[in-house]
Amino acid sequence: MRKRRWLAVGVAVLVITVLTLAGCGKKEENNTKGASPSSSPSASSASSGTAAGGTPTLDAIKNRGKLVVGVKFDTRLFGLKDPATGKVEGFDIDIAKGLAKELLGDESKVELKEVTSKTRIPMINNGDIDLIIATMTITEDRKKEVDFSDVYFKAGQSLLVKKGSPIQSIDDIKKGTKVIGVKGSTSVLNIAEKAPDATVLEFDNYQDAFTALKAGQGDALTTDNAILYGMASQDPNYEVVGGTFTDEPYGIAVKKGNADLVAFVNDYLKKLHDSGEYDKLYEKWIGETPIQQ
Amino acid sequence: MLDFSILTDHFGTYLTGLGQTVYASVLALAGSFLLGTLLAVFRITPAKPLRWIGTAYVEFVRNIPLLLVVFLFFLGLPPLGVVLSPFACGTLGLTVYTAAFIAEAVRAGILSVPKGQMEAARSSGLSYGMSMRLIVLPQAVKIVIPPLNNQFINLIKNSSILSVISGFDLMFYADRIASETFVIFSTYIFAGLFYLLLTVPLSFATGWLERRLARND
Amino acid sequence: MDFKDAYVWVNVEFILRGFLMTLEVAAAAIALSFLIGCIAGTARYMRIPAVSPVAAFLVETVRNLPLLLIIFFTKFALPEIGIKLGVAEAAIAALTVFEAAMISEIVRSGLNSIPKGQIEASRSSGLTSFQTLWHIVLPQGLRRMVPPLVSQFISLLKDTSLAVIISLPELMHNANIVIGHNYRTAVPILVLAAILYFAANFTLSLVSRRLETRMA
Repeated sequence: MRKRRWLAVGVAVLVITVLTLAGCGKKEENNTKGASPSSSPSASSASSGTAAGGTPTLDAIKNRGKLVVGVKFDTRLFGLKDPATGKVEGFDIDIAKGLAKELLGDESKVELKEVTSKTRIPMINNGDIDLIIATMTITEDRKKEVDFSDVYFKAGQSLLVKKGSPIQSIDDIKKGTKVIGVKGSTSVLNIAEKAPDATVLEFDNYQDAFTALKAGQGDALTTDNAILYGMASQDPNYEVVGGTFTDEPYGIAVKKGNADLVAFVNDYLKKLHDSGEYDKLYEKWIGETPIQQ
Repeated sequence: MLDFSILTDHFGTYLTGLGQTVYASVLALAGSFLLGTLLAVFRITPAKPLRWIGTAYVEFVRNIPLLLVVFLFFLGLPPLGVVLSPFACGTLGLTVYTAAFIAEAVRAGILSVPKGQMEAARSSGLSYGMSMRLIVLPQAVKIVIPPLNNQFINLIKNSSILSVISGFDLMFYADRIASETFVIFSTYIFAGLFYLLLTVPLSFATGWLERRLARND
Repeated sequence: MDFKDAYVWVNVEFILRGFLMTLEVAAAAIALSFLIGCIAGTARYMRIPAVSPVAAFLVETVRNLPLLLIIFFTKFALPEIGIKLGVAEAAIAALTVFEAAMISEIVRSGLNSIPKGQIEASRSSGLTSFQTLWHIVLPQGLRRMVPPLVSQFISLLKDTSLAVIISLPELMHNANIVIGHNYRTAVPILVLAAILYFAANFTLSLVSRRLETRMA
């Protein structure tokens, strides 16, 4: 009879699994229709709705009561998770909180999800997140995939090297020089163009990239200067050299067609600049007042 | 559904990655076969310290993830003044990891050779090492081939871990193609097909070998 | 190498939190993959028309692919065809599919190891083929499956580390974060992670040995 009982348990587990999976599927569907602004059905209605003056994406976020933002967890000054507190902090994070406060009246109504340069576009297209605020450069290629807000930060690509390195600028990168970058970032595409002889090593995120540099796996690490300053501030053995050799205007990305969300973000950015709040944020994280535009 | 332009536009990139994947897997197979055989012999020698080393190695390595082994080479060697390329770290990690599994396969092979063979060889004046090398191991190889083939399949699959440390393998180049084209689904489907191109024939070969050996017995 | 800086409580606690995530994801995937693997393995063993060939095709495809690719694909490519999963769900789903394919092979060969004579005898004594499977083949087969099953579960627990590529906050992910903050802690932190994996897996194999002696 013990065997019978096993059979019953087996069948029960199977039924529960199937039901749970079906339930999850349904929930997902509900999300798609109701809360998630970036999923396809509501997104298509969003674009047509905006033309008629509606705000379906914003309404969906308000109904959900939570703004879901994709940010970096590994990038000092912009989005860094502190093991001690478990909190994520940085310039991008403060912008995300500000947006949540503006839209939902409370800065704690923001959910931060970790993205990397490699995963952020799929994450937004798949409806995991409403916004990408993750040191993301506005490029023509990316504009085909997502919609961008106005520029909220101006960076430029530069190099980070160990102090005393013979590499002092992009011109010092010769054949065989190993340059470390991050998968899916504009920096690796740029460096392949500006220094075609370099061997470019690519890692999944900035933290692994910097660890690889410290482990001596590369001669230089390349990405946007602001991110590099964050690394240099963490480890004084490293310095940013050679100035910038590209312009990297950062934008906040939304899923294609969510025009009402873009308009809302742009309004907020404008307010931030007008009130002087932006300069304070800039000073708080970057340590100097931004160059006037 | 499938975007075939990904395959046609980036065929060369896929092939470069495929070549590196095969290269890493073959190197690691050769290395782990040598190391694994040595460990297997360690585990069955009468010498206690050697047996202890063999057992400790196998038990420890089998119970920790490959990623961790690779990271130990990638991050742990530089402080000792040894900096190897990501490809070398990945291949070494694969070798050290797979050796533990091959050691078990080879040990089973050796134990399957009747004890009388070793005794006969020893009594006819051969040393332990020579009996092992000339009499026991050649017979064990027959039994070891199918599991070895399986380990080769595992190596090819596991070599994808090189992509995490920038090892320029198939998975690494798939990441690069996806980053440039923003096409995820098709890029990784094609990458998967390239892996299957390597592993499925090997998988069939293993089945065939096992059946043949079973018949011979 | 900086053991003193590495093993401060903040780091250890953070690593342990990752370890907990590893264990949770592994437990869920072990339960699900065992269930599905048993069904798929039995389906292949029983040679049911239409079902068995399909099961065979799926199993052969999945187990010949790198798990790393399957994990990434589950999280970032499946949404394109309407299957959206969170990070932990995607990790569990991918591990389940991959390990279920492996387990189905263990189950199939375990069932196949039962001598044909026994099956014929039970059939001729009037049992249906399902009754034969349930009363004769399974009880004996299961006993033989325990060691390979447990080593598959150990593989699964180790394989959870591959979910670093979808940023699952498990043990290796958290270890990387600590190392990212201070590179000199790399070796001590990796050693700590290795000890934790070893402890979990060694416990699993002890349980397996218990189970074997009890079933024998």
